[in-house]
Amino acid sequence: MSTETPTPMNRFGPFGGRYVPETLIGALDELSSAYDEAASDQKFSSEVGSLLRDFGGRPTALYHAKRLGEAAGHPSIYLKREDLNHTGAHKINNTIGQALLAIRMGKRRIIAETGAGQHGVATATACALFDLECIVYMGEEDVERQALNVYRMKLLGAEVRAVGSGTRTLKDATNEAIRDWVTSVETTHYIIGSVVGPDPFPRMVRDFQAVIGRETREQILEITGRLPSAVFACVGGGSNAIGIFDSFLSDKEVRLIGVEAAGTGIETGQHAASLAVGKPGVLHGSFSYLLQDEDGQVSPAHSVSAGLDYPGVGPEHSYLKDIGRAEYTAVTDQDALDAFHRLAELEGIIPALESAHAIAYVLKVAAKYRNDGPVVVCLSGRGDKDVSHVAQIEGNEPLV
Amino acid sequence: MDDDVLISKSFKLLGSEGRTALIPYVTAGYPTRDATVPLLERLKDVGADIVELGIPFSDPLADGPTIQRSSFAALENGTTVASVLDDLRTFRDGNDLPIVLFSYLNPILAYGLEAFLSDAVTAGADGILLTDLPTGADPEVEARISESPLALIRLIAPTTPSERVPKVTRGGSGFVYYISRTGVTGARVKLRESLAEELGQIRSVVSLPVAVGFGISTPEQAASVAGVADGVVIGSALIEALDKGGIDGGADFLHSIRIGMDRG
Repeated sequence: MSTETPTPMNRFGPFGGRYVPETLIGALDELSSAYDEAASDQKFSSEVGSLLRDFGGRPTALYHAKRLGEAAGHPSIYLKREDLNHTGAHKINNTIGQALLAIRMGKRRIIAETGAGQHGVATATACALFDLECIVYMGEEDVERQALNVYRMKLLGAEVRAVGSGTRTLKDATNEAIRDWVTSVETTHYIIGSVVGPDPFPRMVRDFQAVIGRETREQILEITGRLPSAVFACVGGGSNAIGIFDSFLSDKEVRLIGVEAAGTGIETGQHAASLAVGKPGVLHGSFSYLLQDEDGQVSPAHSVSAGLDYPGVGPEHSYLKDIGRAEYTAVTDQDALDAFHRLAELEGIIPALESAHAIAYVLKVAAKYRNDGPVVVCLSGRGDKDVSHVAQIEGNEPLV
Repeated sequence: MDDDVLISKSFKLLGSEGRTALIPYVTAGYPTRDATVPLLERLKDVGADIVELGIPFSDPLADGPTIQRSSFAALENGTTVASVLDDLRTFRDGNDLPIVLFSYLNPILAYGLEAFLSDAVTAGADGILLTDLPTGADPEVEARISESPLALIRLIAPTTPSERVPKVTRGGSGFVYYISRTGVTGARVKLRESLAEELGQIRSVVSLPVAVGFGISTPEQAASVAGVADGVVIGSALIEALDKGGIDGGADFLHSIRIGMDRG
């Protein structure tokens, strides 16, 4: 399904792997073979494809954002509208695929972790669709700042378990989901929401998200007759970024740029820029860039955006960084908040705070690309979920 | 390669006496930074045969609430890989109780694998158990540990596919740790009834002594496991006893387990 296949050890260069308790090895073997079998099964791909079309709303539009372009000094900025997917973000591309896979494996209990709540909502949605039991682990801090999504998950029939240990955010929600899985592995499938975790998750989630890049490549060629000079996407775990990058990996002339969360500034230490300033290490089953102290303890991440508030990153991003195929940069909370407003005012689109990081960076640098042809930004999700939180940050009373 | 002599000797001696090894787990630096050395001495006095000494990690995803709590507290106390090795060195002076370091991989990688192996051996460690390094996950790291004087303790889970069991112990030595149930660490009321049968299957393909852990919390459970296993690991229940009664409480609890096992 993709051009970058992990090495025989199922790694991306030195990154990735399966650093998990022995209890999970059997399940990961089972998942790998079920996935490999499904990936080569025409019926499976077409079932995923038609659900993403009829239920999810694909293909999503590639939209020429002229007023954003004017503001940024580049006449041809295109937004890949993943925000138009059912549930409001790209996450549904992955959860539909993995839920179908769980059914193939005969597992009807689903667990998931969530930060912003988008993956939790997308998982709860797929579970409602297929009548699967659904339990979502979410950090207590995120439960507070993403109250709307918590309620959406409950509406969809999922049980949301607030995680109070450690940093009370996505990292510890993931720990708790893995603990559940270690206990329940014989009956449960764990739908990881990003291109992180032990093999086969990073390559499987990438393959499910690669539809973003396939459509984008076709659409930009059809609209402009050429490939983009650059593709921008925000990176937390990195699933929307890998999804849109994947189809351009062999087009060496297309620059691939991932935007991490610089929080209150890299120099303050309050950020989530694993690729920019982390060091390779092991967290959540794979070897990848990681925010950690000199004793190898994982450092708490910080971002205004719950979905980027994660100290690790997908192993394929670590590999793309090290081989120089993709570049990674970071913008601050304030940059993202500004971009959140600007896109709303300029284009009538309220972006997710995660996606606002990519918009913020494009606003900064697009002018440099003005003579090189079109650029594409992955607008990974819509910002309804963030409206109340942003209003509060800006000194208003909470709205929900 | 066979410098895990203390561990092997311990099992041989116990075997000849018809006894089962009692293997307590404690988190280094818990309940306080300076508790570890006196705690190890008390555990030895009340009948521990081998101790698993936990290096705390910020993200203990294989551990239940009790060991998570002890790990976070130990980190707050300023416990580091280096301070654990210091404690071990202090304890080792005059003590021959075998010590297995119990850790997640990342703190070891951050310390530097070669430096860690050499410093751990100098400090007097006999073995190492890495919860998130299953057999085959990182052949290079595994080979370097196997080549070191430290025994590499391998784990087998109830979910380990049967054809994988003989492979799991490859490169391992000292003993094999059988996880008596799926799940994270933590005291449990019920143990698997099929334990004896499961151990029989493991023994048919694995020649190392087999210790059983995960969920053993009472002298009665310990006695029943001791009847079928070569070693009994006590972790969360011991941490809980430490919480309630300090070092004395922990030692008394382990002593009650020892008595239960030797009677059973």
